[in-house]
This record gives sequence, C-alpha cells and structure tokens, in this order.
Amino acid sequence: MMSPSVARRTIATPVLLGLLLIAFALVAVAVGSKPFNQTVIDIFLKVIFVVGLWVFVGNSGVISFGHIAFACLGGYVAAWTTIKPMMKGMSMPGLPDWLMQTEIPYWGSAMVAAGWAALWALIFGSVLMRLSGIAASIATFAMLAMVNSIYSNWESVTAATSSVVGIPIIRSIWPYLVAALISVFVAWAYGISRHGLALRAARDEPTAAAASGIDIPRARLIAFVISGAIMGMGGALYSHSIGIVTPDTFYLGLTFITLSMLVVGGMGSLSGAVLGVLILSTLIQTLRWLEAGVQLGEITLALPGGVQEIALGAVMILILMFRPAGIMGNKDLSLPQRAALETRGPTGPRT
Amino acid sequence: MGSLLQVLFDALSLGSLYALGALGIALIFGVMRLVNFAHGDVIAACVFALLWPSVDAVAIIFAGNLPWYLLVPFVLAIGAALSVACEALVFRRFRHANPATMMIASFALGFVIRYFLLMLFSSRPKSISLLPALSQPVEILGARIPLLQLITIAVTMAVLFGLTAFLRRTRFGLEMRAAAENFTMARMLGVRANRVIMGAFALSGALAAAIALILGSQTGTANIMMGASVMLMAFIATVIGGMGSLAGAVLAGFLLGAVATVMQVILPPDARAFRDAFVYGAVILVLIFRPQGLLSARGTRERV
Repeated sequence: MMSPSVARRTIATPVLLGLLLIAFALVAVAVGSKPFNQTVIDIFLKVIFVVGLWVFVGNSGVISFGHIAFACLGGYVAAWTTIKPMMKGMSMPGLPDWLMQTEIPYWGSAMVAAGWAALWALIFGSVLMRLSGIAASIATFAMLAMVNSIYSNWESVTAATSSVVGIPIIRSIWPYLVAALISVFVAWAYGISRHGLALRAARDEPTAAAASGIDIPRARLIAFVISGAIMGMGGALYSHSIGIVTPDTFYLGLTFITLSMLVVGGMGSLSGAVLGVLILSTLIQTLRWLEAGVQLGEITLALPGGVQEIALGAVMILILMFRPAGIMGNKDLSLPQRAALETRGPTGPRT
Repeated sequence: MGSLLQVLFDALSLGSLYALGALGIALIFGVMRLVNFAHGDVIAACVFALLWPSVDAVAIIFAGNLPWYLLVPFVLAIGAALSVACEALVFRRFRHANPATMMIASFALGFVIRYFLLMLFSSRPKSISLLPALSQPVEILGARIPLLQLITIAVTMAVLFGLTAFLRRTRFGLEMRAAAENFTMARMLGVRANRVIMGAFALSGALAAAIALILGSQTGTANIMMGASVMLMAFIATVIGGMGSLAGAVLAGFLLGAVATVMQVILPPDARAFRDAFVYGAVILVLIFRPQGLLSARGTRERV
C-alpha cells in the first residue's frame, strides 16, 4: 500500500500535529477549569470533523457540503446504542427490539457509528462520485438536506426535531484527544497511500490521471467512505460531549464552520486542516472572552453582542485576501532540515 | 378545476421567488465564477432597510411608510447599493482566487451582514405590515387566489422580460453576455471588466430587493434568516439550470417550485412530512443524468 520510505519521509507531519493537539490537552489539564475543558473538547471534535472533511475535499478538490450528514448519522447511532433501554422506549418507541435492548459503552458506539456512516457513504458515494465540480457540491448538499429532512420528521426512531436526551456524557478530555489523533493518523496514512496519491493526481490533472489508468469515481469513493467513517465517529463523540442530539445540530451551521476552518487553514494540506481548526477556534474563543468582558483594573471592557461574529467574518475575509490558498498554502508542517531538501510537500505538489 | 388552478398558482408564485433568486446568483456566477452565498443576507438586509434600528419586538417602520411608488425604487436602490459595495470592498480582491476561496469569502461576508443586522435589530422576528392591500384574495374560476400571488407572478414575468430586453438590446447587456460567455476574450475586445462586474452586482442586488419585497409582504415578518431558505433553493436552481445560464436558472427555479408544490399535493399523507427529502432526491437524480445542468452555458463546459 505505501512504501516505507514515503512513510518515514512524511511521518513528521502527523507527529507534529499530534504533539500540538497533546499540548492543547495539557493546557486544558493545567488550567483545570470546567468550561475551558469543554472548549478544548469542542476543539478536538472540530479537528475530527475537519480532518474527516479534508480526506475527501482536500484530496479530491471537490467541495462537499454534505459531510455533516455523516456526523448526523453517527450522532444518532450514539443515541440508539448508549441510552438506557427504558428511556429509549419513551423517546424513540419505533426502534427494533434488539436495538432497544442494546446498551454499549461510548467507544463502542463511536466505532459502530463510524461503520454505519461508512456504509451510507458507500451507498451515497457510489451514486454521487460520478459528478465533478459544482454539480458534485450541490449533490452532496442535497444529500445533507435529505438526511436532515428524514431525521427531522421520522418521529418514532429519531424523536423528530425534539432533542434526544440521556446520552451518557463523557467529560474527560482524553477520549476526544485519542479520537482526534486517530483521525489525523488515518488521514495521513490515506494521503500517502496509492489511493490518496491517485486521487490528488486526478484533482490536479483529471485528463492525464484518467489516461494513466486511474478510475476517478472509484478513487473518490474510497476517500468518501474513509472520510464518512471519520465524520461518523466524530458525530457519535459530539453526542457524548453534550449528552443530547437534535438533527439541526448537524446542519448548515456546522457545515459552514467546518468548511471555513478547512479553507482558511488551507485545504491543500493536512496541516492546513488541523491548524485551521486551532487558529479559528482560538480566535472565536478570544472574541467570546472579550465579549464577556475583561477586567482591566477598575473598568470592565466588553464588546457589544454580535461583534464577535462580525470580527470572525472580517478576519476570515482578510486571511483569504492575503492568503487565497489558506494559511498553510499547500505546505505541510515538517521538520526544518527536511523542508529544505524537499521542494514538494508530502501531500502533493504546489498548484 | 378550482383546486387545480390553486396548485398552478402556488407553483408559479413559489417558482417565481426561486427564479428571481437563481437569476441573481447566476448573473454574478456568469461574470466572475463566484458562488455568492451572501445573496441571502442581502435579501434580509433589504427587508430591514424598511425599519428603523431597534432591538424591540415591535418594529419601528421607517421607510416602510413611504407610498409604494417611492418604496419600491428605494428598496431596489438599497439592494443594488449594498451588492455593489460588497463587490467593491470584498469580491474585487478575490478576482483571481480559486472558487472554493471565493465561496468561503462570500459566506464570511454574508455572516458579517447577518450579524450586523442582528446587532441593530436583534434576532427576534418582527412583524411588519408591508403593502397590506395585497393580501386580499381574488376569485378566478372558482379558486381563491391571493392578490399577492398574482402580483408576484406578474412582477417576475415583467422582470424577466425587462432583463431579456436589457441583455439583448442594449450595449451594456451585450457586454455582459459576452463577459459571461468568455471573460478573457471579452476584455481583449474592449469590454471593461469592472463596469460589467459592477453592473452584474447591481442587477443581482436589485433582484434580491425584489425578493425581499415579495417575501416581506407575503410573510408579514422581518427575520434575519429570511433570505437563507430562498437562497439555498435558488442556489440549487442555478446549478441544475446549468451554472452561468440565465435561462436555465429561471427554468430550474420554476421547475423546483412546481416539484415542491405538486409533491405536497400528490404524496400520500404519511410521506408528506418527508416532502423535502423527495425534492432533494429529485435534485440528485437530475444532476446524475445531466451533470452540466438542464441548459448548460457554453463557457462553463469542462474542456480537455
């Protein structure tokens, strides 16, 4: 699948990104405050989502508006498999008996969610992956809207638009860190595998790639399924982080924020995906903190409500104005001496 | 007969909204390959232009009290001005960026507009009575059709004919069509890029304002999210019409309106809640069979 030399040459990227994530976790432990803990959990969840998105969007160049649908599928798997059977009977009476009796730990539900989302990614993907460009983007959006519409109306198994409560809440930061690390390493491994390489070739030169024997729809489908699985796992963990799930949690808001993080960070590289999350999340958190008010001696300085979002939008526009390919461009983080030797980053040529 | 007519008018008036929205998105896509996500927020901003800024639940009508022959040009001008300002301040810097970057920039801009409105007006929907004379029903062949629906359809038709005449008969229209076809070539032949792009943004903003007027009088509320749902459908219509094809955008807009209305009627009651899922399923089917859109513009076809 992958030659060991490529793996050795590029391993620095996921290791550095992993160390960065671990540093965030350690800061959270050191600070020790509960809200901050929750913030860092939220950042790890976004890392999972955006890295999942990158596996498909970054490698194929097709913008997908639909990946949050897989997170939605995963989120409800967590509800179906981990809520106590008695509570399930009240909120979701239409579940089949065997599922009604199931009660598994959170890591089990995350794995089942990944499998379930991958299955649906395979089903949707085998139809959608024939499309390219903007038609593919709209088709993935239609998929998201379909999933949302079904989950918002299928009263007996999803409790429609009312929130499903009673999902065991996991407050520890470590499971989320481990999941984020897993997704980063899976994304890296996919990126340097022959399938990832083939897909990037198809992204940059579709005609030449097809002429070299790359089956483009198939290459895209592989990425779609892997990214679907990561999104599904993220969706399940998202449910466990807040304890409730509604269809609208996983809709346009989350779609746009994750896409923005990916594009602002730089969709051409895995480092761009991870750093996009870390930078934008830090910015959002700082603005929230300013909005709540900062004590400066006698006076409290606070931004008026709404300024936070306006500033976020303005900063995003400015970043893209000066770095149209995102903060990282198409480069990956690597150790300095290697960067000097290699003109090409591990995840593809500069375009 | 009566109910059939009712369905027809429902479909046409819903389709009109989608067609106007799709046209606004397609005009800009044609000249600069930008998928403008800020369009929905321009629509919302136009509705709020009628109100005086306040965070109270009761709207303070400001420009909304003007007589209609002043009100309509006022709102259209606001829409056009806002849209041109977006171009001059933001999109001009993104002329050479890739489509994904432009898309996210337009989304961020829409975000800024939306929260600016939120800051001035708060997020609560406000009730407004805009042109109340229009909500009374008219009886046609046994069907009771709201006057507003007739006017919506008539206005859309007028806009479509006016725009067609503008694009076909005037020099500016010719330049715009040339730019939509092949921008680089048009520039080489002396079409001034900035002027054409400005013009496209102004027209698109005015179309957004027209939607704002119709939506405002239809729903009787002003809501900062009100442009979003029309924008999404309009966006879909633009794509299945064939990106960049104005006729295709209009056709697909009406088609989407028709499909949504007809499904509401013919689906069995149990499945009616899932109407949107069926509509989006139909969208996927259309894309699978005609990925380049129903009427594809010549310039957007993928070349080897």
